[in-house]
Amino acid sequence: MATATGAMGHAEHAASKSGVWSWITTVDHKRIGILYGVSAVTFFLVGGVEALIIRLQLAEAESTLIGAGLFNQLFTMHALTMIFLAIMPLGAAFFNFIVPLQIGARDVAFPRLNALSYWLFIFGALLLNSSFIFGGAPDVGWFAYANLTAAEYSPSDAVDFFSLGMLVLGVSSLAAALNFIITILNMRAPGMTLMRMPVFTWMTLVVSFLLVFALPILTVGLIQLLFWREFGMPFFSAEAGADPLLWQHIFWLFGHPEVYILILPAMGIVSEILPTFSRKPLFGYATVVFAGVAIGFMGFAVWAHHMFTVGLGSIALAAFSASTMLIAVPTGIKIFNWIATLWGGSIQFTTAMLFALGFVALFVIGGLSGVMHASPPVDTQQQDTYFVVAHLHYVLFGGSIMGLFGGIYYWFPKMTGRLLSETIGKWQFWLMFIGMNVTFGPMHLVGVDGMPRRVNTYDESMGWELLNQIETVGAFIIALSVALFLVNFFRSIKSGEPSGDDPWDGRTLEWSIASPPPEYNFARIPVVHSNEPFWDQKHPELKHEAPPVIAGGTDAEAEESIHMPNPSYWPIVVGFGTALAAGLVIVHPALAAIGAVIGVLGIYGWCFEPAGPEEHH
Amino acid sequence: MTNGTTAVHESHLATTTGLNHRKLLMWLFLASECLFFGSLIATFLLYKDASVAGPQPHEILNIPVTSTSTFVLLTSSLAMVLALAAVQRGDVVSGRFWIFATAFLGATFLGFQVYEFYEFVIHGLTPKTSVFGASFFTLTGFHGAHVTVGVIWLMSLFFYSFRHGLPAEKSLDVELAGLYWHFVDIVWVVIFTVVYLIGSLPPDV
Repeated sequence: MATATGAMGHAEHAASKSGVWSWITTVDHKRIGILYGVSAVTFFLVGGVEALIIRLQLAEAESTLIGAGLFNQLFTMHALTMIFLAIMPLGAAFFNFIVPLQIGARDVAFPRLNALSYWLFIFGALLLNSSFIFGGAPDVGWFAYANLTAAEYSPSDAVDFFSLGMLVLGVSSLAAALNFIITILNMRAPGMTLMRMPVFTWMTLVVSFLLVFALPILTVGLIQLLFWREFGMPFFSAEAGADPLLWQHIFWLFGHPEVYILILPAMGIVSEILPTFSRKPLFGYATVVFAGVAIGFMGFAVWAHHMFTVGLGSIALAAFSASTMLIAVPTGIKIFNWIATLWGGSIQFTTAMLFALGFVALFVIGGLSGVMHASPPVDTQQQDTYFVVAHLHYVLFGGSIMGLFGGIYYWFPKMTGRLLSETIGKWQFWLMFIGMNVTFGPMHLVGVDGMPRRVNTYDESMGWELLNQIETVGAFIIALSVALFLVNFFRSIKSGEPSGDDPWDGRTLEWSIASPPPEYNFARIPVVHSNEPFWDQKHPELKHEAPPVIAGGTDAEAEESIHMPNPSYWPIVVGFGTALAAGLVIVHPALAAIGAVIGVLGIYGWCFEPAGPEEHH
Repeated sequence: MTNGTTAVHESHLATTTGLNHRKLLMWLFLASECLFFGSLIATFLLYKDASVAGPQPHEILNIPVTSTSTFVLLTSSLAMVLALAAVQRGDVVSGRFWIFATAFLGATFLGFQVYEFYEFVIHGLTPKTSVFGASFFTLTGFHGAHVTVGVIWLMSLFFYSFRHGLPAEKSLDVELAGLYWHFVDIVWVVIFTVVYLIGSLPPDV
């Protein structure tokens, strides 16, 4: 195995390890992970600024700070940015950087496809956001319900930017998901059976399957939306006999699995952090894994709970109500397993651990308000109120974002070889934890009182002004905590304390190699005997079996024998051509041919790219 | 089709499951495609009898013509099987012939589809006419687009074989095209059954 991976010579690599061109042509999963991470944090800031403007507008009753039109654009783009350009790619950053290290692999199964995923993501994100310059951003909500999206009600190009940008992002996520499934199934170190995989790797696998099966459904919906608007095909025109509810079904058939696509990576991260800092194995490893798989399956059976108020009929209401309550069971199982992991542990309150604990606490609150929506009569009261906004931010901010920040603090040393400051980190955590509760907690109250979401203002006589002002203050506390994170990030990149290879006394394989890891990750591929192979290697006295054989060998040996794939510029060419084709559809559908030609030439160049020195031997 | 990374994975690196990366990729991609066509077919089923204008399905679908094109497409799957078998036993000449035959039959099917679309437009059914038209043309159009990609793929293999040959150890290149091709054929079997045979029944039957 030691001489196994990769076709391509390493000779050229020495010359191409730095500079912009090396990042553009990189196929190294770790560099692509960093690209994903930096892009995602950037878009997180963009989405955050959008949120702050929304909060400023709502801080005052009958405010005229921004008009209703801009308000609609901002809440739509806030959602799209946070979901598709911040949380998902931040998850993808960890999939890229960490999963190959956790399974003892030297790269992903398809390095160039991996680069293509990133470039499609970044070009799709730019296409979506360029709508701000070209006549206004999408303003129809992230769910873009028909008939609001009809050409007569949304005459600008905004909805086309939505459908085409999302199509490009969808291709990106699909390619990434296929790549990760194959990487995880096919490239595990010897001895790493499925039930010995770290939980984060397991959750990556589940998320990838969700993407593979949910994205094509959205793709069909977006194509129908595009054809309806661009070519007048009456997919959602009620006067032509169409059923506008079709869009809602298609959207939520994708949209509900999407919810789990957003939360499962964070659950995986928390399942890594809690055992490490409790200095105990994860309680009930198998049940945590199977609960995650069960959530994945059941995620496809609950979509209509987003549509309880559209008139589905009592049988559908009952069925989807029951399935929604049922999906709370595996989620609850995970919560209890995490708590039991803490029980009796020697807990270290590092910043990463605080974020993981914050995740558990806040996700429980968001989960409970979620189960309330499972009851159709209750949901009917809460539909389209701030109560739902409170719920979704407790699961997506309190859940996903908290978990992902925990992941940043946990794996930053592995990525950079330096520690983030724990002092600033703890300030960041507490400000974020408090700010998040101050922002989203009062939304429960105004929501139950009937304050509608997605409306740009409210009458003073409704009595919502004080709570809204509190929420706005909370939003700026969150902004402060994010600013602290940026300070911490830039400070630590330059002058952070060197972390060593294993700063947390970790349990899984990524901690067994250097920080940052060498390009080939493992000089020798480890052999795995348990689901905590590195812990067992460090503590052979705790196990009765023979200790595992872990990565060893010197860099000199590795440099000689391991060949990593060559850099390639074809991924960025294909990505650019695809996004250009999508963008030009808005100008005129026929012009898309220009982008398509670039894309197709890129694919041919990709297929016939010289295979490197070995091929000529 | 051929590239260094994967080629070396094939020849040197045993995968955990024993399945080749690229073959697994194709199977997973096709699994995803099932949901893609499933959503298009579901839309058609919802809309086939919902039109308020234009011809209804049973008034316009031409079963004899489509049966013929279906026969042509299914025959192409046989040619594809023969192509792979020939390449696997190292017979480049027959392999090349059957690859071309597969592409030719696929292109013939596309010719039928162009004729069918043209006839429908003449008889007043366009994608804009009705929800039946919109869902029919989108579903069969995307299937046709998949066949077109398959034809281009096969012709690329065909021309590639003259310059670089098609050695038996590279038969996976043909096998992957074959997996895709058979999948597109199977989707057509479903479309022919659901859209044409069931769809052509008058609504009250």
